[in-house]
Amino acid sequence: MSQPIRFVGNDDEASLEEVSQNVLVAPFDRVLDSLDGIYNWGRKNSIWPVQFGLACCAIEMICMAASRFDIDRFGAGLFRATPRQADLMIVSGTVTKKMVPNIVRLYNQMPEPRYVLSMGACATGGGPFKEGYNVVSGIDRFIPVDVYVAGCPPTPQALLNGLVELQKLIDSQKIRENRWYQKDYRGEIPVPVLGPDLLDQRRFDELKKISAAQLAALKAAAAAPAGAAATPSAAAAAPAAGAPPAKAPKRTPEELAALKAANAARRQATMVDVRKPEDTESKS
Amino acid sequence: MTMQKVTNVSPAPMTVATPLKDVNAVAAKVNEQFPGAASVDGGSLIVERAQSVPVARLLRDDPSLGVDYLEDITSVDWPDRFDVVYNMYNTTRQEGPLRMKVKADKADPVVPSLVPVHPGANLMEREVYDLMGVKFDGHPNLKRVLLWEGFNGHPLRKDWKEAYFEEEKKPYDQRWPDGKLVRAEDRVPYKDNIVLPPGFDPSKYTAPGEDNVTLVDADALKKGEIRSDTLVINMGPQHPSTHGVFRMRLRLEGERIVDLQPVCGYLHRNHEKIGERNAWLMNMPYTDRLDYVSSMANNFAYAIAVEKLLPTVKVPERAEYLRVIMAEFTRIANHFFALGQLLSDMGAFFTPMLYGIEEREWILDLFEMSSGARMMCNYLRFGGVAKDPPDEFWPLANKLVNDRLERAIDRFDELIAQNEIVLSRAQNVGVLSRADALAFGTVGPVLRASGVPYDVRRAEPYSIYDRFDFSIPVGTVGDVYDRYLVRIAEMRESLKILRQAIKDIPGGQQYNADPAMIYGGPKGWQLKVPKGEVYGRAENPKGSLGFYLVSDGGTNPYRYHIHAPSYVNIGALNVMCKGQTVADVVIITGSLDIVLGELDR
Ligand code: SF4
Repeated sequence: MSQPIRFVGNDDEASLEEVSQNVLVAPFDRVLDSLDGIYNWGRKNSIWPVQFGLACCAIEMICMAASRFDIDRFGAGLFRATPRQADLMIVSGTVTKKMVPNIVRLYNQMPEPRYVLSMGACATGGGPFKEGYNVVSGIDRFIPVDVYVAGCPPTPQALLNGLVELQKLIDSQKIRENRWYQKDYRGEIPVPVLGPDLLDQRRFDELKKISAAQLAALKAAAAAPAGAAATPSAAAAAPAAGAPPAKAPKRTPEELAALKAANAARRQATMVDVRKPEDTESKS
Repeated sequence: MTMQKVTNVSPAPMTVATPLKDVNAVAAKVNEQFPGAASVDGGSLIVERAQSVPVARLLRDDPSLGVDYLEDITSVDWPDRFDVVYNMYNTTRQEGPLRMKVKADKADPVVPSLVPVHPGANLMEREVYDLMGVKFDGHPNLKRVLLWEGFNGHPLRKDWKEAYFEEEKKPYDQRWPDGKLVRAEDRVPYKDNIVLPPGFDPSKYTAPGEDNVTLVDADALKKGEIRSDTLVINMGPQHPSTHGVFRMRLRLEGERIVDLQPVCGYLHRNHEKIGERNAWLMNMPYTDRLDYVSSMANNFAYAIAVEKLLPTVKVPERAEYLRVIMAEFTRIANHFFALGQLLSDMGAFFTPMLYGIEEREWILDLFEMSSGARMMCNYLRFGGVAKDPPDEFWPLANKLVNDRLERAIDRFDELIAQNEIVLSRAQNVGVLSRADALAFGTVGPVLRASGVPYDVRRAEPYSIYDRFDFSIPVGTVGDVYDRYLVRIAEMRESLKILRQAIKDIPGGQQYNADPAMIYGGPKGWQLKVPKGEVYGRAENPKGSLGFYLVSDGGTNPYRYHIHAPSYVNIGALNVMCKGQTVADVVIITGSLDIVLGELDR
């Protein structure tokens, strides 16, 4: 790489000497490295977020952009109404299953370099609504997140701090190492499907295996004599589709202990993990 | 000069304590016409399934009954049956609620649809079908509304368990068995918040198409008025002008709207299911997250609903005043935000928004002082409020009420309301007639802009609202401009209330009924609520926010349902938008002031 730069038709040492006094003559990778500073300075001071609000956090995001806090001081005030002109997605609010396909689609439409800021407890991990049946416990299950901001909702100041953190991150990046300039980089994420529940296309094989195992366990339980159906293993076969628990009469302490033990066994039995160890990294 | 309209500010009607409708008399009247159709049980009118439509029509049309306003439909899953519950009101004599119930079978729950009598039942019945699985015979478009077609099961049924299900009731036993933290995701086979039917093969699955969102062909199509092909376009759920993750499917002929179908549920956060597992008090912070622009007012509605079930809890005077002060400040903050957004929708880009938010920030300062949070205040408790505001609260509150806000409203109004463009964009656009406003069950400023002087603070006075002198602004035309004017006038009325309340508030530190019982310690948050059911509501900035609560005497609600003002208001969007242009749809939606957290719950 570090060959001197040749000037076509201008080979004599004297003129090369003269040129290098006025022109930077350096190997290409050195040039790239010194470009990083200018390139990053430009990018970090002109972040264009996509105009994208999901829930309560979005109100604080609006306040951050408005009268008192004023995001414009950071050069990031130009909220774009289309993802194609934006390089930052602030996921501000609860990510629901019904909305996830749209979020992923929007993310796919953003050009590289693009960043994601997860704002608030909901976007980061489901927040107060985590247990809800229509809530995704964290947007990072689908798209890669660069900065997390804590809070419910984070104050505008906290969000500005998140923006500063993002600026630092941008400043530390190198053109040669950026993921989106790598040869094998594929940024597109398959859009999830709304079926009986949310289906992540990247995990189809895994889902299929578990569902088949559950069906087999159910069949086995049906074939077994009646009464055996109440054993923990049969209950584990259909963890979420159980019959309504009958209103139990007052239980004795022993019964309660037995119940707790059965519950623990059920929890143990439902801990099926068919993922290969390396798959668990797919979360990031 | 364009002719300027003004809102009629009605003189304050005489405050009458609302008598609950004499249910027995109503039942007798109904039985005269339809023998054996009605009976009374626990203060509710129980109507035979086959006759519910004619009975509802009789209730509406008979002048001696006049129950013209269907506010809410919901359902309860009992061990042996489903109850479909209708809460209705009389708007002329301001009586109610009349609670009508229709029972449905457990195995195959079907009841007749009330859409022919009250068109506003359309969305509410769809919600009951979606979440509870009760079918409505004769409904024009019985489709899923908050979830999507193909979703597995009906989640509000008691036997339906979510993927991260832990136990029936909170607080959960423990999440640290043997000192090890157990996470919800470690308990489910998918390590994710999903439930799949056993044996499900995702690779063979084809999702039902978008056709499920049917657009009924408009009358115009039948009449042959349409000459060209119509075009279906989609707005949202990610669109700068839909105020959040709201979506509309429009059928257009050229630039004109032939039909419009709202599609919601993109922010459905399972509030009701979570609420039924929570202890009563634990729902308070969740109500903050309903209409997140006015969380104090949401607290208020929930608190007064639960307090109806807790007759022994007495709210101290000071707490009543504090509640009213917070609720009225919330109304002003909300209207500033809403109007700023509405004017931005008209193309003023961000400027009105900046003016609106500036005033809102001042009010948020007050909230932050008293509750510790800007937005999610979580300030009210059953029987009082969580804390007395600090001393710094009063000078700022006085300054805002007596000086700053009045001028801000004037400036806002001057700056915008006489603007030629605003007048031509807003006047006679999105007209909702008085009859339609009632039939669709709209609430709040939308209902009042259409000329119905109906305000819960007057119709069913709660807290200490009967002590204050204020009027109810009413519109004349029912267009976007009237909704704007009504909100401006409402802010002024709120200021009036605030001035009286801040002047009269009694001293002392008595801000909670019994802090030890309501607030502190495990006994406090595991409060047991006596058996019973109640429909309690408050006039929120967006309209009447109602809570239908059923208690089985335990530490958590058996049924916890929310009547969301934004949700019923979008039911009327179709009639408002027909014949308008696409650009008008944007401001009509803006004038409804919807908040998706509440709409989708
Ligand atoms: S983190 Fe809190 S404020 Fe933000 S969206 Fe979730 S519930 Fe709302």
